[in-house]
Amino acid sequence: MLKPIRRALAIDANLLQLVLLVLLIFALMTALVPDKFLRPYNLISITYIAPELGLLAIAMMVAMLTGGIDLSVIGIANLGGILAGLFFHAYGGTRGSGLAAMGALPVGAGIAIAVATGLVAGAANGLLISRLRITPILATLGSGQVFTGIALVLTGGPAIVGFPDGWTMIGNGAIAGVAVPLLVLLALAGAVALLLGRTAFGISLVLIGTNPKAAVFAGLRTRRALLLTYVLTGGLASVAGILLSGRTNAAKSDYGISYLLQAVLIAVLGGTDPAGGRGSVAGVIVALLALMLLASGMQLMRFSNFLVDAVWGVFLLASIALNAWRTRPR
Amino acid sequence: MSFLSLRRSETVIALVLIAAMVLIGLINPAFWSLSNLFSLARSNVIVGLMALGVLVVMISGGIDVSFPAFAVAAMYLTIQAMLAWDWHGVIGPFALASAIGLALGLVNAFFVSGLRMIPLIVTLGTAAAVRGALLGLVGTSQINIDRMPKELIAFGNTTLIDLAGPGGTHFGLSAMIVAYLLAAVLVHLFLTRTLLGRGVFALGSAAEAARRVGFNPTTIVFAVYGLAGALAGFAGLLHGSMIWLANPRDFVGVELDVIAAVVLGGASIFGGRGSVLGTMLGVFMLVMVSNSLILMHIATTWQRIVVGGIIITATTVTALRDRRQIAQ
Repeated sequence: MLKPIRRALAIDANLLQLVLLVLLIFALMTALVPDKFLRPYNLISITYIAPELGLLAIAMMVAMLTGGIDLSVIGIANLGGILAGLFFHAYGGTRGSGLAAMGALPVGAGIAIAVATGLVAGAANGLLISRLRITPILATLGSGQVFTGIALVLTGGPAIVGFPDGWTMIGNGAIAGVAVPLLVLLALAGAVALLLGRTAFGISLVLIGTNPKAAVFAGLRTRRALLLTYVLTGGLASVAGILLSGRTNAAKSDYGISYLLQAVLIAVLGGTDPAGGRGSVAGVIVALLALMLLASGMQLMRFSNFLVDAVWGVFLLASIALNAWRTRPR
Repeated sequence: MSFLSLRRSETVIALVLIAAMVLIGLINPAFWSLSNLFSLARSNVIVGLMALGVLVVMISGGIDVSFPAFAVAAMYLTIQAMLAWDWHGVIGPFALASAIGLALGLVNAFFVSGLRMIPLIVTLGTAAAVRGALLGLVGTSQINIDRMPKELIAFGNTTLIDLAGPGGTHFGLSAMIVAYLLAAVLVHLFLTRTLLGRGVFALGSAAEAARRVGFNPTTIVFAVYGLAGALAGFAGLLHGSMIWLANPRDFVGVELDVIAAVVLGGASIFGGRGSVLGTMLGVFMLVMVSNSLILMHIATTWQRIVVGGIIITATTVTALRDRRQIAQ
């Protein structure tokens, strides 16, 4: 009886540590670049850039919860954006008012195309992993190549530029002063948190990740649960693709490659155990906030983007070391 | 076990390889021209050297995605050092590049063994840290042929056979394949004839059993990631010497191709299975298919789909094979 309680406390301790980290980074950056860091513009721009990465990190966390990983999220995100872009260009022309002032219906169809792409691609991953029992690293490594490859063949290389205004609203717009991407992230994060914490499906994912054999013997339909897991990660990735192409008004087969590492980093830093069984949406969101503040502060201090990447890598290793130290056998 | 038995994955890959060569040759007979075959052999060297390191890591039950970052760091740092200190020679720089790779590989081993962390996450982290630090602290500008050390260019340009092609051009069989073959023989002997090498298989098959019969898992993990790092460092500098260019942004995405080749060669990602011969065949298959797309009149944009398809097919086949063996 004590175990679940202790477990809940352990997750809270981790979350508390993360919140402290956020405050620490915030204080540090405020002290180092006081005039620029606290400007509303800087903080608001984070609410536009962070959500796409946050969705990818949540997807990564969900896959890791079952003991797997999804390395194809970037490929799925780009493929979804490109297919929607090709649809818009076929429907409204490649430029001009026919494209820009497209009605709500075709824009909705574009969103449906992108999300459907994510769900189908995720189902393909799920079938490879649950039916053919390919290990998730290799299955998603290979399928990610195929998705990126399809995007490359469809576009021939260059970016698809020019999306309808309704589409770019999703990436750049604001409702009541709040960035639309942030609203999308909060809505989906809330939905995933409910799914994981309050439904039988969510509990079964944690059980599969904790002990796959026991999950089978307990009568869980592990294959179906794994399939649905990757359908879910594919769907989340495709929404990230909508936000990315909406924000930049373009879609390309090799956009956002560095997001892969960052998504893994945020998931792990957020307290997700890559071996499965432990992870929470709240942890991912706080970790996302910590890293976005850090990156933004470093950019204001004129650190090159490469150094920011290096610091993210060091952060990943440091969070591993910290976790190992905290859970060391005593 | 007979060498030609179909139960050996090497035999199966070899047969598929021969079938693919016949097919490509039928589509475009230019495939069998000496210049194409020589250039194919040359393209095997760098991918092959890296694949040998990944093979050893994979047999031990791990995975490594950091080696391209280590390779590019070893290449760029070594050549910068040669330029800064006006340092000449071939053996010294290659020793330095291998040492840089070795040191970085040991960092991986520390995190994997000491902190018991999943190798994929560790090597993703070290790869980002090394690549970011190289580009952010050392430099982003590439060193072109006019500044590349002459000795390295001459070394990378050595040929075993030199033939005159049409129009007075020359083509030859790069001597670098000797380095590749030598490394392959050494890794094969390490894996099959040394106690440490048998320990790599033991650790990958059953870690707890390996520990109980007296293998030291820590030593094995350090040896495995150190070897992969050293091979990557060596391959990195060799790559620079062969293309007469040191580009600090090189080798992006190579890890996918190399891992695909090793899996194609019959190694199991769960550890305990794999051979040097299989890996070399896998590398040859992958390099040949991606190099022959143009010969087969297929647009190069299809390359990633082909590589991804190869990974999925090879892993499906090995997953089915492993399952059948468990059933037996």
